[in-house]
Amino acid sequence: MAMSGVVAVCEPAFWAGFDRRHPETFIDYFAQISEFEPTRAAEFGIRHYCWVAVNPKEAENKELTNEVLRQMPEFLEKPTCLGVGETGLHKSTPNEIESLQAHVEMAMKHDQLVLIHTPHLSDKAHGTKTVLEVLAGMDVNPDKIWIDHVEEQTIEPVLDAGYWAGMTLYPVTKCSPRRAVDILEKYPRERLLVNSSADWGPSDPFTLQESIVEFRRRGHSLQAAVEIYHNNPCRFLGQNPKWDIKPITISEE
Amino acid sequence: MLSPQKTLDTYYLEARRDLLEVAAMLDRYDEAVKRDGAKAENESKKVSLLGAMEILAQPEHPNANRAEQLLNHFAKIT
Repeated sequence: MAMSGVVAVCEPAFWAGFDRRHPETFIDYFAQISEFEPTRAAEFGIRHYCWVAVNPKEAENKELTNEVLRQMPEFLEKPTCLGVGETGLHKSTPNEIESLQAHVEMAMKHDQLVLIHTPHLSDKAHGTKTVLEVLAGMDVNPDKIWIDHVEEQTIEPVLDAGYWAGMTLYPVTKCSPRRAVDILEKYPRERLLVNSSADWGPSDPFTLQESIVEFRRRGHSLQAAVEIYHNNPCRFLGQNPKWDIKPITISEE
Repeated sequence: MLSPQKTLDTYYLEARRDLLEVAAMLDRYDEAVKRDGAKAENESKKVSLLGAMEILAQPEHPNANRAEQLLNHFAKIT
């Protein structure tokens, strides 16, 4: 990844492939991604940042969620923690919505960035609409909120509401590298983010590079690519002073 | 060999992805037409793709030979 130009990765607190039963398991996981993983990535020349949250797939457990939330502020202080995430919705249940509200409230109270997951596949449109309704009822700063996994059917309302919109590239289940470029060509790019993943399902971090190659193949300049794939993340994440990677300008094409 | 249900469950998401790519490619073409103010001089590839989808949309394929039919259909494009 470093050899292909990746300078940093941002690891949101994620579902582990199974539902955790104990708050302590989350706390150990937060310690792993905020303390150990930065050292591991550094050996390969990549900066590692994290987000902390009870992810939506496990937010159905209210008792667990509340206990983890109680201990989360300690991790928001970690030098590589960028904010609260990924929170959001999976099946859009009342407990998930309550968890989303609590996470966003905590983020705003601690002046943190927020990374919000939107549901997969058939639940996506409804779940994204619900996320926007929840946020509309709260006192939030849209500049600090990244709503992730948008696709063709959800990007407009996210951008219209003033949030940052993230396209997560996956080999099968979400946005593809080519479709992401279609979206980049269709909408204003100032608040668009493109990311890839390495997680519990079929995923491929290098779909990001595929998307960059596709973008360039269509004749867009190197600087235009840098603006989207490097500078936009720097602009959003740079709202947190812990992110010290700056936007760059190509002096010669 | 997979059961009918297992076949659908195993390959549905990949087929969904592939259809989305076709849909996005046709949208990409329409956007290009809008930008340039003119259709392609030769639209036969687009017509061929739409024809292929008509073949797929037929409810019954007693010989289960959709792939063979599409290959023969696409062979008409030079």
